[in-house]
Amino acid sequence: MSGSGERGTLPPASFAQDVRAALVLSRRDQRTLLAGILLLAIAAMLPVFSQTYWLSIGVSVAMFTVLATSWTLFSGPTNYIALSTAAFFGIGMYIVGGGLPYAPFPVLVLIAGVAGALFAVVVGLATLRISGVYFVIFTLGLAELVRQIVAWGQHVMGTSSGLYVLLNISDRTMYWLLLGLAALVYLIGWLIGRSRLGFALRIIGNDEVVAVHCGINTARAKVILFVISCTFASITGALVAPRWSYVEPSIAFSPFLSFEVVIMALLGGVHRLWGPLVGVIPFTLLWEFISAKFPAQTTMLLGACFLLIVYFIPRGVVGLIEDLVHKGMRAKDGHD
Amino acid sequence: MTDSAALSVDGVSKRFGGLVAVDGMSFHLSPNETLGLIGPNGSGKTTMLNLISGALKPTAGAIRLYGDDVSAEPATEIARRGVARTFQIVRMLPSLTVLENVAAGGVFGHARRWGVELDDFARSLLRRVGLQVAPDSPVSTLTYIDQKRVELARALASEPKVLLLDEWLAGLNPTELRTGVAVIEQLRSEGTTIVIVEHVMDAIRSLCDRCVVMNSGAKIAEGTPREVLADAEVIRAYLGDANA
Repeated sequence: MSGSGERGTLPPASFAQDVRAALVLSRRDQRTLLAGILLLAIAAMLPVFSQTYWLSIGVSVAMFTVLATSWTLFSGPTNYIALSTAAFFGIGMYIVGGGLPYAPFPVLVLIAGVAGALFAVVVGLATLRISGVYFVIFTLGLAELVRQIVAWGQHVMGTSSGLYVLLNISDRTMYWLLLGLAALVYLIGWLIGRSRLGFALRIIGNDEVVAVHCGINTARAKVILFVISCTFASITGALVAPRWSYVEPSIAFSPFLSFEVVIMALLGGVHRLWGPLVGVIPFTLLWEFISAKFPAQTTMLLGACFLLIVYFIPRGVVGLIEDLVHKGMRAKDGHD
Repeated sequence: MTDSAALSVDGVSKRFGGLVAVDGMSFHLSPNETLGLIGPNGSGKTTMLNLISGALKPTAGAIRLYGDDVSAEPATEIARRGVARTFQIVRMLPSLTVLENVAAGGVFGHARRWGVELDDFARSLLRRVGLQVAPDSPVSTLTYIDQKRVELARALASEPKVLLLDEWLAGLNPTELRTGVAVIEQLRSEGTTIVIVEHVMDAIRSLCDRCVVMNSGAKIAEGTPREVLADAEVIRAYLGDANA
């Protein structure tokens, strides 16, 4: 087969080439990195100012930043709305809950990441050929399926319906762990955005037929991103498990979580890496307010928020900001 | 003979249930040749093109690219082996800039570039197809012919061994048509191997070395444009019995 070896005049793309290209930083890239590190340092100082209420909100913000941003890594460019966050989050949580008597916490977090990744490979290969509403429904059903299996397993083994997670981790430590994880999500997302893989994903999201005819292995690209995204959900579930001293399937695999993540990401905007963050912060604060003032109507108000966001700010807060900046620039140029 | 062909189609059929869209087609394409694939509406030309590009799999027969059988390969693999195409209804990547739309063709396919090299190459292709807009502008601002130019440049970005143009000239006004023909003429003079599916007869006469005429999925004539357009059966296929 002489034909398969001849791929034109240029050597085939290698991973090393990608890495090298990613490491060439323009002035603008350097500024972006510096700003990121600065923001991270500021965020890391939160525990200095508050040890209680605001720190606990900080933990929620950090957790949802990881979940919503990693969700966006896959769903943003491909437009595949995945409602499977809870499935992977719950797996991570259960691995820590079930494994604590046998292994140290850090090891369990690693295992959760690996297990989440492997499960995501299987799910990804099975589902990413279906698209649109079928994919949405499948991923929603997936969380429910895993939950039922876990509940059934606990029933068969004769254990109680839940698990005690008896590990003392201070809010401060957990906040820093989640912040570190968020930094990792941003770093990976930034690198993907600069890579061939990121470009492939954007082409796939625009037109899959064109992508295929450009030589893109669409299934592979989608599975890789899906796995990255789900692995982070799994690790997050593992990290925050000690926050709930008692986990049971209805908490760990709550479909509510999947919806919250989607709403926050959409509120912020899914076409920029920092988009979900500007959705997570206001939404978490709003959510605190709602659950404190109207504890009985939370679900209804969540639904209302969802409708308002989709109707009034379809491009998210990022879209609003960009429109404003655009308008401001035009005004300055004297065109408006 | 077959081994030296850039592309050879050998007894290829495509069935959709009871409908035979392509029926035992055989033809070949030499390197640097421009072949016109013509025929009345619904004669199976676009299906034939889809079979070559891998968008559809043949029910029977073999398609070879420089001697390698690619009939069973997915479209991705066929693109990587050097077949690039444009689409009957132009397909832009709306959220990407003009330059990115072109670059998309040159990263994952036959010839592969990245970074500055890719950028420079994509810019040179924009010049080659005669596009005179800012490379960073969104594709939504482009006129129809400019979108067609972008699509052509995207196909060229992979430095294809075989270029498939599916009614690339359709929908252009007379001025644009002249420009479009000149663009393809330019590619042809550079030695690009091209299959053109087209309805514009003037373009076929001036651009094609040879023509294959299809009717009801089967080949009814083959030869130089002058020969096939004078063929009684071809005239009958296009105009009906009374004119033959």
